[in-house]
Amino acid sequence: MSGTNRIAGKGRLVPARTVSFTFDGRRLTGVEGDTLASALIANGIHLTGRSFKYHRPRGILSAGPEEPNALIDISRSSNTHTPNVRATVQEVFEGMTAQSQNRWPSLSFDVGAVNNLFSPIFAAGFYYKTFMWPKAAWKHFYEPNIRAAAGLGVSPKEPDPDRYANRFIHCDVLVVGGGIAGLIAARAAAETGASVVVCDEQPELGGALHHEIDTRIDGQEGFVWAQEIGSELAGMDNVRVLTRTTAFAYQAQNMVDLVERVSEHFANPDKLVPRERLWQVRARRVIVATGAIERHMVFAQNDRPGIMLASAARTYLNHYGVAVGSNVAVYTANDSAYRAAFDLKQAGIAVPVIVDARSDVDAGLLAEAEALGIQVLTDHAVVDTKGGLRLKSVRIERVGGGKSRTVEADALIMSAGWTPTLHLYSQSRAKVVWDEESARFLPGKAVQEMVTIGACNGTDALDALLEEAANAGMEAARLAGFAGASGYRAPDAESLTSRRGALMGAAPGAGPETTVKAFVDYQNDVTAKDIRLAVREGMHSIEHVKRFTTNGMATDQGKTSNIHGLAIAADMLDKPIPQVGLTTFRLPYTPVTFGAIVNHGRDRLFDPTRKTAIHKSHEALGAVFEDVGQWKRPWYYPKAGETMHAAVDRECRTVRETAGLFDASTLGKIEVVGPDAAKFLDLIYTNGWQKLAPGRCKYGIMLREDGFIYDDGVVGRIAEDRFHVTTTTGGAPRVLHHMEDYLQTEFPDLRVWLTSTTDQWSVIAVQGPKAREIIAPFVEGIDISNEAIPHMSVREGTVCGAPARLFRMSFTGELGFEVNVPADYGRAVWDALWARAQDLGACTYGTETMHVLRAEKGYIIVGQDTDGTVTADDAGLSWAVAKSKPDFVGIRGMKRPDLVASGRKQLVGLLTADPKQVLEEGAQIVADPNQPVPMKMIGHVTSSYWSENCGRSIAMAVVADGRALMGKTLYVPMPHEVIKVEVTDTVFFDKEGDRING
Amino acid sequence: MRKYSIFAVAREAMRGHRGWDKQWRSPEPKKSYDVIIVGAGGHGLGTAYYLAKEHGITNVAVIEKGWLGGGNTGRNTTIIRSNYLYDESAALYDHAVKLWDGLSQDLNYNVMYSPRGVMMLAHNVHDVQVFKRHIHANRLNGVDNEWLTPGEAKDYCPPLNISKTARYPVMGAALQRRGGTARHDAVAWGYARAASDLGVDIIQNCEVTGVRRGVNGAVEGVETSRGFIGARKVGVVAAGNTTTIMDMAGVRMPLESYPLQALVSEPVKPIFPCVVMSNTVHAYISQSDKGELVIGAGTDQYTSYSQTGGLHILSHTLDAICEMFPIFTRMRMLRSWGGIVDVTPDRSPILSKTPVPGLFVNCGWGTGGFKATPGSAHVFAHTIARDEPHAINAPFSLDRFRSGRLIDEAAAAAVAH
Ligand SMILES: Cc1cc2nc3c(=O)[nH]c(=O)nc-3n(C[C@H](O)[C@H](O)[C@H](O)COP(=O)(O)OP(=O)(O)OC[C@H]3O[C@@H](n4cnc5c(N)ncnc54)[C@H](O)[C@@H]3O)c2cc1C
Repeated sequence: MSGTNRIAGKGRLVPARTVSFTFDGRRLTGVEGDTLASALIANGIHLTGRSFKYHRPRGILSAGPEEPNALIDISRSSNTHTPNVRATVQEVFEGMTAQSQNRWPSLSFDVGAVNNLFSPIFAAGFYYKTFMWPKAAWKHFYEPNIRAAAGLGVSPKEPDPDRYANRFIHCDVLVVGGGIAGLIAARAAAETGASVVVCDEQPELGGALHHEIDTRIDGQEGFVWAQEIGSELAGMDNVRVLTRTTAFAYQAQNMVDLVERVSEHFANPDKLVPRERLWQVRARRVIVATGAIERHMVFAQNDRPGIMLASAARTYLNHYGVAVGSNVAVYTANDSAYRAAFDLKQAGIAVPVIVDARSDVDAGLLAEAEALGIQVLTDHAVVDTKGGLRLKSVRIERVGGGKSRTVEADALIMSAGWTPTLHLYSQSRAKVVWDEESARFLPGKAVQEMVTIGACNGTDALDALLEEAANAGMEAARLAGFAGASGYRAPDAESLTSRRGALMGAAPGAGPETTVKAFVDYQNDVTAKDIRLAVREGMHSIEHVKRFTTNGMATDQGKTSNIHGLAIAADMLDKPIPQVGLTTFRLPYTPVTFGAIVNHGRDRLFDPTRKTAIHKSHEALGAVFEDVGQWKRPWYYPKAGETMHAAVDRECRTVRETAGLFDASTLGKIEVVGPDAAKFLDLIYTNGWQKLAPGRCKYGIMLREDGFIYDDGVVGRIAEDRFHVTTTTGGAPRVLHHMEDYLQTEFPDLRVWLTSTTDQWSVIAVQGPKAREIIAPFVEGIDISNEAIPHMSVREGTVCGAPARLFRMSFTGELGFEVNVPADYGRAVWDALWARAQDLGACTYGTETMHVLRAEKGYIIVGQDTDGTVTADDAGLSWAVAKSKPDFVGIRGMKRPDLVASGRKQLVGLLTADPKQVLEEGAQIVADPNQPVPMKMIGHVTSSYWSENCGRSIAMAVVADGRALMGKTLYVPMPHEVIKVEVTDTVFFDKEGDRING
Repeated sequence: MRKYSIFAVAREAMRGHRGWDKQWRSPEPKKSYDVIIVGAGGHGLGTAYYLAKEHGITNVAVIEKGWLGGGNTGRNTTIIRSNYLYDESAALYDHAVKLWDGLSQDLNYNVMYSPRGVMMLAHNVHDVQVFKRHIHANRLNGVDNEWLTPGEAKDYCPPLNISKTARYPVMGAALQRRGGTARHDAVAWGYARAASDLGVDIIQNCEVTGVRRGVNGAVEGVETSRGFIGARKVGVVAAGNTTTIMDMAGVRMPLESYPLQALVSEPVKPIFPCVVMSNTVHAYISQSDKGELVIGAGTDQYTSYSQTGGLHILSHTLDAICEMFPIFTRMRMLRSWGGIVDVTPDRSPILSKTPVPGLFVNCGWGTGGFKATPGSAHVFAHTIARDEPHAINAPFSLDRFRSGRLIDEAAAAAVAH
């Protein structure tokens, strides 16, 4: 038998289909379709957790997502632990391991419960008032202890083996909630042919029909009707029904995010099936039919295991066939709890008493109770409860005091009324309004294309609800463009359930305000007196009350507690509830797994990896790669047994002695085309472009508006109206944006078009004395003699038969070419060039060698030798700033007083006194190494390398007034030594610059 | 003011905590004050506190349109550090860190300053260069910041993934041990309580709708939703709303306002001992005392005054977190929110006099001003009281955007928070 509390003939599960699982090591049996909560209750277990602060024993409160207490660690293997799972939502599966949390050594004997004894001390916000002495104790003693005590479950410790999926869909009508209202609306909308998505967080459709067995629709039990309509909908081509799917976020432009629990209820989910799936739905119209959540009663000792919501008890009975106790008392201020009592009684369970805080109770209900032999005490309150790990008895008094009596009970079910579920509605930015008559917040005016219907809309009467739902469905479809009449007629329905009556805040029986523990927020152990204390301490805004007490900030996000907290605060402040105001609802509605949000964006797919067309050849050559932005660039090419240092030295030497091949494809490339192209570049770059002849290239720098260097690169003029612009690797996208931005906003009159061509060209730099010899056999249609293609030229022709732009340029100071061919040919051309280069004794070289070689020549790298605070003049590039141009981006910025002041940091070279010593990049420079801290720093090392070609270390740095300090000695203080350096110019190799001509 | 202590708590426990005073008074606004502070965030409340405590100016009102501490102060992820690059920033932020250490005792309010260490991860050669530059500069400025190898980084923060095959492997980290976190609400409340006790009026639910200037152009007071309130000195400390208020006084600010979002997970037992930030992978994380993982990243792409979040931003942030800490994919997002941050062109704050006599402004903290709260408030109070900046905030003048004397931490590091 799947538990002693299973009642034969009750519920909708098939008793024969048993499932075995463990809870805290105990092997238990449930039934397929059980939630962990229903299976535990069936086995007589209510005690499922310990509270956050006082470690009080706690039972299952609800049968839904609002559960604050029954949070369990679920796993199917050592690497699938999931903490804080709501037992009321998680379905049991064969082999499930469930463990209670936040207790030691065991759930029934928890040492942390001593906190309960100190609870008078641990009042709301007490930690702000103490733990301050001695000063160091917070970090070393108090905080570690508080942290260890807090925290509920235990984080997973191993990487997650499961997969998650993600889908984007569009639909005409999204219906959130598959209760009676949602189903009717969906059916009505679907009838028109509109595409409809309907989602519900439960495994089965029906919402409140799970427990309301008295609701009959079209002559059958409501739940049965719901399943039928569900299959009807599922069978329609234009409808998608998603169960176990929670809508958790309502964003702008009707974007609603859903998360589907796909396989967490299977015993052995297929590895290919995701654990959860995120649905990002863009809907023309949204119908919110999210129902209402029952509130608990706030009274003394209202937290013992066995005390739960009345609707939950009814769900356990009517859906799962499980009795929540054998002797079940009721405490209510709402009619609906009576139905729960009646159902229990009719199932043969003792119901000793219904305590109703109201004096005015519907006579029909009272008569029914009498007929069933249930005693009803109106105008009474439950004022205390007894029982350690399970409720034993309740004490009852007339409201306002008087003689009390004790009634034995192993369960108490309660209802303080129903709170419309307006989370999604609120997230859509619409405001809730207070309805005085029904004493609740209801939807106001929608601000997106959406409507609310049913219980979340405050529509209580069944007739009205049916009509509202059917109309909403048809109207949504019509507004989405499906004009034809739906032809759908709402079913006939009748129900005995009434949800009349509401009590907010402390119930009668919450006792003298300062000593009694009447829980408002169970999980965070917030009591009515905590809320009162907050108000007394001056917390007059509901946000202050919430933060001071932590009410509503637990994992259930206040689904049962927010309204109570608000009402108690309002009462203390002597203000009407709406004047105190609600706290804001934010996504998510219920907690959402990180994995579902991240889904495929992990590991390799975390960020796209960009590889050049030649990548495979680099791999074959044994390259070590470096991440540069999203690119993988060859860093160096070690030969067997070679260290990075040795490889780089060899590459550096070989390039200058013979030649080297370098993949420069990642450099940003922008094709700037149009009659005004030169004029445009004049505005973007600091130097002039009008006079550049087609076939020639020029180095250019561009500034930001503020006058500092933004990017640099070589630009070739291909034709009168066509430029081939190159940018730094990292700068490619932002330079294009920068240009587009100016083109569209500042210079819209210019006839210029920009196209990113970074990925279109493969660029192979061939550098070194033998560069010409290497490329010669492959080039057709271009005379590559020194005279025909001088340094800083570009020609079009073919290389290896592929159309090419051949640049004569150099970032190494050697004779050099950059072969640009369409990316599709890149690898073949590289391989051909490399075969010959290898025969001639050349090498391939990576970014590290490129960096060293250019530093030997004093060429800067924007982003390394400049950092956004460097002007062209600082970098020694004033020659690249046209003096006569009237305008370019940054011209005003660069003339600001501080940018032209003396004493600015200027780019210089540094040579260490000890030629073997290599400075650390980023090291700071001082004039006087003996000064005390804080020292006056006059600059820092921007680039620093061992230069095999110079036979010593070299460095570049920015130093205040650096150019005036040539030959002077400065100091680089390191943690354990001070390094002496001499200021030099930035050219360390081939100062005459002859090599560039071969 | 009743002093807070364990003894006071114990005594109150005996009598149901009935004896506590209100933490701050809720007075009606007077006709005029010596100084009005606009904005009851941490910086504004702190300014009022130091005006009263250090400068003896107690006839002060802090005017707040909503509830005190409800702006970015109550929305931030509370990372505290001072390992900034430039001397000016290091001095300002380190002034704050020195005040953090001891703030609980000074205010008699436990702000839970927790120097658990802030570790910034380097994922490429460029990051390494930048962080080393910071470390060297910090050392010579007397600010602690040290370099860790990937192995040392993992020892300091065990959940960290230092696999070489990660998309962006960790190449090392810069660690500031004095960095950490504090409890944001407690900072606002502690300052409010202490300031209120010294005579400062904190006026909540009162929106400033205009700044009145006299014939000579000087400030005379502010128009509010509760009427005109006079003052010869007004300090605007309104974070994302600064531009709007300064506009009322006719001062155009070099600020852009962006939404910045954050989220927390469900609470779990201690798993994450420090604060970790990665600019390249783009997210940061710590664990609150309550057990929630506190997670954030950079601002939204576009300027806006809307505090609503969007899943696409959170999703990028979580991608990054799960990339660095793959054990967290099964954790769940509990709550998310956003604030509006005011960003300057050089990503450094403005703590300054303005062209309008009597009008002072403290803003531009962008994504990272919580850490500066005590230091900023302290020097801003000085600036208002003396009508001239403190040496520490003199470089953070409004005028620097005209002169070009920027303190460009973004250019130097591009690291936020
Ligand atoms: C999500 C997020 C995460 C962050 N994380 C960090 C972090 O980890 N570390 C860090 O150091 N910083 C962080 N920050 C930044 C930090 O929060 C802010 O820089 C800092 O809190 C600013 O404090 P403040 O007192 O200046 O502003 P606020 O706290 O915003 O106070 C300004 C106040 O002015 C009020 N106001 C505005 N207009 C008016 C008006 N017209 N009349 C009256 N009152 C008005 C507002 O209501 C508000 O209360 C983060 C910010 C956000 C949004």
